[in-house]
Amino acid sequence: MELILAIGIGVLTTCGVWLLLRPRTFQVIVGLSLLSYAVNLFIFGMGRLRINAAPVLAGGPVETALYTDPVPQALVLTAIVIGFAMTALFLVVLLAARGLTGTDHVDGTGD
Amino acid sequence: MNFLRDHLVILPILLPMATGALLLLLNDRARRLKMLINTLSMLALLSLAVLLVQRAAGDGGGAAVPTATYALGNWPVPFGIVLVADRLAAVMVLLTSILGSCALIYSFARWHAAGPGFHSLFQFLLMGLNGAFLTGDLFNLFVFFEVLLAASYGLALHGSGGTRVKAGLHYIAVNLAASSLFLIGAALIYGVTGTLNMADLAARVPLVAAADRGMLEAGAGLLGVAFLVKAAMWPLGFWLPSTYAAVSAPVGALFAIMTKVGIYALLRFSMLAFGADAGASAGFGASFLLYAGMASIAFGTVGVLASKSPARLAGYCLLVSSGTLLAAVGFGSQGVTTGALFYLVSSTLAIGAFFLLVELFERVRIEGADVQTVTIEAFGEDDDEEEIEVEEISEAIPAALAVLSICFGICVLVVAGLPPLSGFIAKFALLSALLNPTGMGGAEPIAATTWALVALVIFSGFASLIALTRTGINTFWMTMSDHPAPVRVLEIAPVVLLLGLCVIMTIMAGPIMTYMEAASAQLHAPSGYHADVFAGPGGAPVERSAP
Repeated sequence: MELILAIGIGVLTTCGVWLLLRPRTFQVIVGLSLLSYAVNLFIFGMGRLRINAAPVLAGGPVETALYTDPVPQALVLTAIVIGFAMTALFLVVLLAARGLTGTDHVDGTGD
Repeated sequence: MNFLRDHLVILPILLPMATGALLLLLNDRARRLKMLINTLSMLALLSLAVLLVQRAAGDGGGAAVPTATYALGNWPVPFGIVLVADRLAAVMVLLTSILGSCALIYSFARWHAAGPGFHSLFQFLLMGLNGAFLTGDLFNLFVFFEVLLAASYGLALHGSGGTRVKAGLHYIAVNLAASSLFLIGAALIYGVTGTLNMADLAARVPLVAAADRGMLEAGAGLLGVAFLVKAAMWPLGFWLPSTYAAVSAPVGALFAIMTKVGIYALLRFSMLAFGADAGASAGFGASFLLYAGMASIAFGTVGVLASKSPARLAGYCLLVSSGTLLAAVGFGSQGVTTGALFYLVSSTLAIGAFFLLVELFERVRIEGADVQTVTIEAFGEDDDEEEIEVEEISEAIPAALAVLSICFGICVLVVAGLPPLSGFIAKFALLSALLNPTGMGGAEPIAATTWALVALVIFSGFASLIALTRTGINTFWMTMSDHPAPVRVLEIAPVVLLLGLCVIMTIMAGPIMTYMEAASAQLHAPSGYHADVFAGPGGAPVERSAP
């Protein structure tokens, strides 16, 4: 499980960084999105992974060490919302840049 | 007044948020009303900041008062979010509100009408800045960073135009990538220590097992990179000069404090987590910061000498100031931090004033430039109706050139660090602390890096002097225009105010330096911070198992 998650995060990050360094604005925004998915998974992973276990505590005294840490899951929710808002905002700027410069090159002077 | 005393710490965040939300509801055409609300809120924020500084400094008796803390929702401390207003945070909030007030007054001359939503974005930026300075929680710091960045993206594009959008695009992309690093760093630190509360973190870092220490330091390093992008360290700061040269003048002045947020976060975090009490991790990254700061000073100095336009020059001055502060943080002695804090306040005020002045320069410089052409540039040519609405809100001042050149002269003295103004006092305090690590008369040898830093700081001041003098000559002695465009009282007043504060800082240097010394002592004693946070409201002792 850890291996699958680690490989997943690694692939997402690699693609994200590569796209981030591309010259077209659309590639940059997709790269940033992939990067933020990787980061969200990573934060999630920091709460430790546990499979085949109940997600919520049952009544009575429980051994908390058997459960994943819920705090990173709460953090991920915040990070997802913020990341989504920022992507939307960046998309608007990207369209404005496209309209003003007439090209989708990140420097505004394409080709 | 009990309400005010209990909730003082959170009010500098709530007030701009409420004002910004209220301003969103009003139509953009109700400009006078918006100006009025914004000004009133700004005045209230200013008085709150003064109260906060008074509270942090104690009631004049000199006795140590516990740091004001505020537990959000009254959750017990290590679990809930806590706001901490120690001396440094209070003075940063005050600096923000002063700079904000001046930028706001300046924007009333015409910039506030150059696009929609200016007033709301302005207030949200202040909210993010105050929140970032006051928070004592790592993830909450991320949230406030995002709030201030989101507002700054809007403000950077304020006034529109190709250059701004192009520079804004780079600025947003760099900062979004930095935010990802911030999150990874914060998550790693949480994964190792099991806490996000900075005071709790300070107590837990020495207890981290040797096997996990690498993870912790990797997390701290990633977090540091995110802060360094904000602080515009070389080579992470290439976005700064072109972005800051493209934004409108009042926004540029307010942005002058945004690099200081990065410095503040670094200072706070490195002192708390990797201070002297941090066990095996003590001083992690300090020497890196020292060298990185020196590299930033060198790069900024070259940029200062090479830049042709005054706006880029202002951006590079900001880089030099950032570099100096980074190196001082890396040096890590209490005396140096004192000097650095004084330098931080003085240089931020002066560079803020410089950003405001730059636009006025452009106006006296360009032949035949008048308000009309500048307005067209600001509004876009197709928007004739808007133009008329920029009424003569304030009178043009006589002898504009003379007033401008005097303001510029004062600005040069502070930025370059020449006597007799506050820039000199700041650099003197910094350099004397560097050369006398154990107080006056210590006889131990001084390291080569210290000499290099001293030389760099002095040379960067000299280079700034050369570049600024050249700009002055080009602006005031080679002006081709016989009838320079009018400069309005509303535009020159905030510049005079900011520079006046630098003069006041020179006269009141004694008490201010005493305050900074206490702030620096507080920073270098993380155990005191820890004790105050846990003794404050919501800080009831809670049984916890080790991570």
